[in-house]
Formats: sequence, C-alpha cells, structure tokens
Amino acid sequence: MTRMLAGMDVARQINAELPGSVVKSSNGDVFIELASIPDVAQYLKDTDGLEFSFLSSITAVDYVEYFELVYHLTSLKLNQSVVIKAHCYGRDELTAPSVSGIWRGADFQEREVWDLFGIKFEGHPNLKRILLWEGFPGHPLRKDFLGQDP
Amino acid sequence: MTLKTEPVTINLGPQHPSTHGVFRLRVTFDGEVIVDVEPVLGYLHRGSEKLAEGRTYVQIVTLTDRMDYIASMSNNLAYVRAVEKLAGIEVPERAQYIRVISAELQRIASHLMATGFLLNDLGALATPLMYCFRERERILDLFEMLCGARITLSYMRPGGVFQDAPEDFWPALEDFTNVMPTYIDELERLISGNEIVLTRTREVGILNDVDAVDYSISGPMLRAAGVEWDLRKADPYEIYDRLDFDIPIGALGDTFDRYIVRIQEMRESIRIIRQCVDSIPEGPTRAEAPYFIRPPEGDAYAAVESPKGELGFYLVSDGGISPYRCHVRAPSFINITPLRDMLIGWKMSDLIIIFGSIDIVLGEVDR
Repeated sequence: MTRMLAGMDVARQINAELPGSVVKSSNGDVFIELASIPDVAQYLKDTDGLEFSFLSSITAVDYVEYFELVYHLTSLKLNQSVVIKAHCYGRDELTAPSVSGIWRGADFQEREVWDLFGIKFEGHPNLKRILLWEGFPGHPLRKDFLGQDP
Repeated sequence: MTLKTEPVTINLGPQHPSTHGVFRLRVTFDGEVIVDVEPVLGYLHRGSEKLAEGRTYVQIVTLTDRMDYIASMSNNLAYVRAVEKLAGIEVPERAQYIRVISAELQRIASHLMATGFLLNDLGALATPLMYCFRERERILDLFEMLCGARITLSYMRPGGVFQDAPEDFWPALEDFTNVMPTYIDELERLISGNEIVLTRTREVGILNDVDAVDYSISGPMLRAAGVEWDLRKADPYEIYDRLDFDIPIGALGDTFDRYIVRIQEMRESIRIIRQCVDSIPEGPTRAEAPYFIRPPEGDAYAAVESPKGELGFYLVSDGGISPYRCHVRAPSFINITPLRDMLIGWKMSDLIIIFGSIDIVLGEVDR
C-alpha cells in the first residue's frame, strides 16, 4: 500500500531545512510559498527518507481569489506519496517557478496548466500552449471564462 | 568525402495512419536522420475537464469513456474510484470482483490493439492486426453482455456497477479464458521470434529506467525500462491485494521490451480473471448511493493502473452536485513527453515504430 505521508510531518522536515517556505499544513497536504517551489521540490527529491523521484501530476484549481497549484509526488523506492500545494494570487500576468528542471515529466503538464489556466512557469524551456493553439483568446479552465460567440 | 547536407522539416500528421488518431509531428531531418521533433497536439481536445464542471458525478462517467476510448472500463474505474474516495462510498465485494474482471479484460483488449498496430507500423499491414482484432472482438462481445455497449461502456457507477453480470456471461468468460492463452501463444509464434521484428525493434528507441522515472512515465513503458512499479501491486485497489500475479519487466527499455511486456501482461490478466471467477462472492453489485451525489467539501486523487499507465482523477468538491474541478492525469499525454529524446538520431522508419510502441490514444492525450 502506498503510504500517504502526513502533511504535518513533511512540513516539519521542510521547515527545518528551508525555514519560511511552509505556509501551513494539514493531514493530507503541505502548503508552501510560491517562490520556494523549486527549493522544496529539490529537497523532496534528494533527501533520504523522502526520495520523491516521480512526479505523478501537476494541476491547478481556480478558487477565484487565488489559483492553487497541486503537485502529487510519489517515491517509487519507498512507496510513499505526498501532496504539495501553493497559492498564486491575482488574475493577470500570473507567474510561478517551473519544476521542469527537477522533474522532466513536468514539461507537458506545466504547458497544459499555462494553456488552460494562464499561469506562466518561469524557467520552463518551451512554454507554449499545448492543447489549444497560439492566439486562442483566454484560458478555458478559469472560472470566469465564458467562451466565444458561436 | 563528406556531403554537404541541410536540414529538411517534414510534417507528419495530423491525418496519418501511424499516428493512431489525430496527432501531428513536425520532424526535422538531416539526410535521413532525425535531428529535431516537435509534437503538436490538441486536435481532439474537447474540453472534457471543463465539461465535467457542468455535469453531475454520475453523468461524468460517460465523458470518461471518450478519453481512452479503447480502454473505457479502466477510465470508468479510475473515475468512480475518485468519486467514492471523495464521497466515502463503500463498494460491495461482488461489484469489486466484477470491476476487476472487466478492467483486466479491457487490459487484454487494449494490449491486443497496441500489439496489432505496432505490427501494422512495422509494415506487416493488416494481417497481424486482424489476428489481434479477432480476440478483441470476443472481449467486446463479453462487454456487450455486461452492459449492452461495446466501446463507450459506461458500465461502472460510483458505488458499484450498473448491473450484475447476466447468467450466460460466466460460461462465455470461462470459454474465453480457456482459449485466450492459445491465441497469445499463436501471436507470439508469429511475432516474438520473427527476424524482421527483432531487427527492427531490438535496441531501438531505448528509454532507460532513470529517464523513465524522471519523465513521469508509467505503465508498460516504465516496466519495459526495468522498473517494477505497478499500482495494482504498489497501491492495491479494489481486491488486487487478494490476487496472485506477477509484474513482467523488461531489461533494456527498447521497443521490443515494450512489446513483450504487454504480451506477458495479457497472460497475467488471464490469471487474475481466473482467480476472480473462482472466488467471486454472491451479493449486491451496487451500493446505495443517491443519483445526485453531494460529496463533502474537499479534494481527492485516485489512480489506477490502466493499460497505458497511471490513470488518475483529481476531483475537487464544493459540496454541490457537480465537481468544482475534475483533472485527469492522463498516462498517454505524459508518456509522450520524452518523445523528442527518444527519436533524435533515429530514422524515419524507426520513428513510426518507436512512436507506435509508446501506445497512446489521442482521446486521452487531448481530452
């Protein structure tokens, strides 16, 4: 059975190594500062006992006041998982640091988040729209996206 | 003497028989050797995740059929498991057995398609494909008995399955599990030792274990690279923890390994189905769940081992009758991330089979 690590424990570990990066934690999730994503990601990937070498999925949720980035990480070696979340405030010109340098599997997934939510990932090598075409007006998975007139 | 060459960019697809749907590749060649690849996706993008936000939890089952449309059962299973996790619905044991049986049947059907089309891509036009389709047809007949549909099944519901399997399903299933191993033997006799197949696939398009994990690859492609990771064993869902089966792995991670892992997985699936048939209990096949499910506020991620890899659904509920957000972790989409690395240095004819061996479905890539 994949062990779901308690968010509080992981948060304590991250905070000891990277003070100030954790915002809050709950039973299931660790909420971190947007700017500290790459540092935390690198820490979670390289530290013994965590070893999250497999990035299951990246996605975002539009909560209107903010966007929530959700990272599902798995350690294939230790068979454990953790969920990392970060909030991204605002509606225009949103940016978040990319983790594609840490897990190459983030490449297409970050492009998808940019395409459908309009969050720019800084440091991504090829951040172009992926499912929709360049020039498509708006980002459809945002809650305020109304679509085009037929 | 060296010849002066210049790169030529060729467009492959979106309408091309080897793209398995509508997928486009912009390939740059230097002579006959690939120097750059750019996948262009989205031709089949229907906005399923957005559509899901306006449908009830039960209605969304039909949307999942149309993602990986050659493995609808697996999609149904991944989705209903996410809903059950979110809403805390307990599934009756008999329903779990039927779900596992149908998911494994679907795995065989999907791997048959993958194998048949791989041979098609190799230039063995249509004949091996028809062998594979003959067996797949029997599986579709079984599905028709279960739910009346053959492709877009919508058989599963949050809390169980739509209806119990009919009486005549069980003898038909037994018949199938008895003859299927001989069909696989026949297929292997035709393919596995074939010299042309071996020359074309051995050590072609290698993706090693370290890269595979780094690229978030899952499914047969990850196991072909030698990583023993299968969610059915690593994180057993439904009743997989009670079953005895092996995880086939490859050695090199080349095109041949990806083919042979799928063949071996089909044999394991038959083992699983037989064990399920032997031990399936009597009882209800659907939990008492309301038609309008209103899960408590929160989120849930549930993943299953679909024929293509880790298929996960991430659902966020605001307490209403439809999800606030429904994200699909689509294995086909993520498995093509390393395509560029895998193809550079190979030739046009290798491109077709390396791409074919990844086994993607465009309905799932584009959603």
